[in-house]
Amino acid sequence: MNIHEYQGKELFRKFGVPTPRGIPAFSVDEAVKAAETLGGKVWVVKAQIHAGGRGKGGGVKVAKSMAEVKELAGKILGMQLVTHQTGPEGRKVGRLLIEEGADIKKELYVALVVDRVTQRATMMASSEGGMDIEEVAAHTPEKIHRVAIDPKTGLADAQAEDIARRIGVPEGSVAEARDLLKNLARVFDECDCSLAEVNPLIVTGEGRVVALDAKLNFDSNALFRHPEIVAYRDLDEEDPAEIEASKFDLSYISLDGNIGCLVNGAGLAMATMDTIKLFGGNPANFLDVGGGATTEKVTEAFKIMLKRPGLKAILVNIFGGIMKCDTIANGVVAAAKQVSLSVPLVVRLEGTNVDLGKKILAESGLPIISASDMGDAAAKVVAAAAKS
Amino acid sequence: MSILIDKNTRVMTQGITGKTGQFHTQMCAAYANGKNCFVAGVNPKKAGEAFEGIPIYGTVADAKKQTGATVSVIYVPPPFAAAAIDEAVEADLDLVICITEGIPVRDMIRTRDRMKGRKTLLLGPNCPGTITPDEIKIGIMPGHIHKKGRIGVVSRSGTLTYEAVGQLTALGLGQSSAVGIGGDPVNGLKHIDVLRLFNDDPETDAVIMIGEIGGSDEEAAAEWVKANMRKPVVGFIAGVTAPPGKRMGHAGAIISGGKGTAQEKLAVMESCGIKVTRNPAEMGKLLKSVL
Repeated sequence: MNIHEYQGKELFRKFGVPTPRGIPAFSVDEAVKAAETLGGKVWVVKAQIHAGGRGKGGGVKVAKSMAEVKELAGKILGMQLVTHQTGPEGRKVGRLLIEEGADIKKELYVALVVDRVTQRATMMASSEGGMDIEEVAAHTPEKIHRVAIDPKTGLADAQAEDIARRIGVPEGSVAEARDLLKNLARVFDECDCSLAEVNPLIVTGEGRVVALDAKLNFDSNALFRHPEIVAYRDLDEEDPAEIEASKFDLSYISLDGNIGCLVNGAGLAMATMDTIKLFGGNPANFLDVGGGATTEKVTEAFKIMLKRPGLKAILVNIFGGIMKCDTIANGVVAAAKQVSLSVPLVVRLEGTNVDLGKKILAESGLPIISASDMGDAAAKVVAAAAKS
Repeated sequence: MSILIDKNTRVMTQGITGKTGQFHTQMCAAYANGKNCFVAGVNPKKAGEAFEGIPIYGTVADAKKQTGATVSVIYVPPPFAAAAIDEAVEADLDLVICITEGIPVRDMIRTRDRMKGRKTLLLGPNCPGTITPDEIKIGIMPGHIHKKGRIGVVSRSGTLTYEAVGQLTALGLGQSSAVGIGGDPVNGLKHIDVLRLFNDDPETDAVIMIGEIGGSDEEAAAEWVKANMRKPVVGFIAGVTAPPGKRMGHAGAIISGGKGTAQEKLAVMESCGIKVTRNPAEMGKLLKSVL
């Protein structure tokens, strides 16, 4: 789960990670009021969407007067913000963060992720803040410093000071940077983050160390113990089809093709998408119905896939293990009848009670195209999609 | 022979009284020598009771002491599953197989840290388990698709393992053992560990290795194969079409920062002498071609 920058900064402040003062705003009036409350002479108007690259896309602007705050807030609120992470259609801006201006002397980078090799939380930091860190990693990897964190002790003082010095924090600010980095590591650990990224982390003219940005992702498996973080969820930032699917415990992700896929198991679902592509088609979605698919779940899955404009065909690929093929076949037939299926349907069944499952499909009277294996299924669904 | 488990393995089930634990314990007990293999259940509140003739003990240590079981399988719900692994490690079991899906990564980081220097091996979490056909099955895979033989299977994905096994069996190629290592980012045995075991198993002739996007375990395993493996290995990687930044069902199946793509993994595997296919319907055929 992702949250907005202003929400991330609220969490940062609770854990003692310094941020600029700022107030979220949902309208132009609120934006002006926020700037008045903050006072000062310079404000930053920041679009709040769940995607990076907002500055380059025109979603972050500096205002030097109240009139300018008003003008920029009006421009950014409601705009369709396009960044390298939103796709070409962009994301509509519904919230702003109004922040006091910062006196930036140095821009640094720091992030935490789980490193699968060491099986520990790992802090990555660089002197090259404000830039696309993937570029830094590709061209000057020696400028990225890493330290693995012992889960028993957290980030140690010496580790934090070492990182601070390596990324060029001036000696007079090292103690302050150490505290910030240690507290940031606590946010990552105690809030069950899967990513905590600050880009840039800045050193101000006065030598203060401040998190100018906050990008936090959370481990969805741990949300049961963080109601305060679940409260930050913004459904406007999520795909409606994915929200609908999650209500029925279906794992669904929209893609840009036109062939719907319904599969049991995440690995097999990915492999099915790959096979469709291999045979010249384009998958419209990833959909894992899981191990305990019921008629209701399969029906809902069909409804979600069929809502997609431009859908040309559907492929059902089930390797029935504990779940029996006749159960799935009954679910497919019931679902196809209930949603009055309008596109060709290719079904490949394998595993427990496969013959009974195939019989149910054959006797259903539905125009189902039966396939013998995954390759055959993909070839048939690609051909059917090309015709319809 | 086989790897990890055989007909002489004695198993306890942690979470035997839940719906999932009950169902799969029945299925496993009914498979091959299962009746003799599944000797204990663990539930602190139901010690002294029994499930289908299998005695229930209050702790893992007690179950081990009373029955001699050295392997456990875990179906405990996600908030408590890491603690269940800890208990099995504390009791010095040989192998813990954790089926539970959805354990917080933070819990697994701590559990893996506590396992350092201990003898217990962990398979999973979020895995289908492992099977040695015609001897013993520990986990949730359908037993009847398997056939005893000399091919090893190792995979991060459950149903994709069944797919590979089903293809092998249809071609008349049996399996020595099939191992599901699970789809989580922080787990126990990895491809490399299982390949090492297959390499040393005199009754395994060749191995199918199935991976997916995310992390770099497949690359590490491929480098190891190049340097050490004495048997042919073929492979498939799921997720060529997966978009970056999206978690594809499994917590560990995500391309982040441009790393962990299927293309990259396939390229490294090929460069290390592993034959790969981009068509998952042909995993079995590919394996047959290298024998």
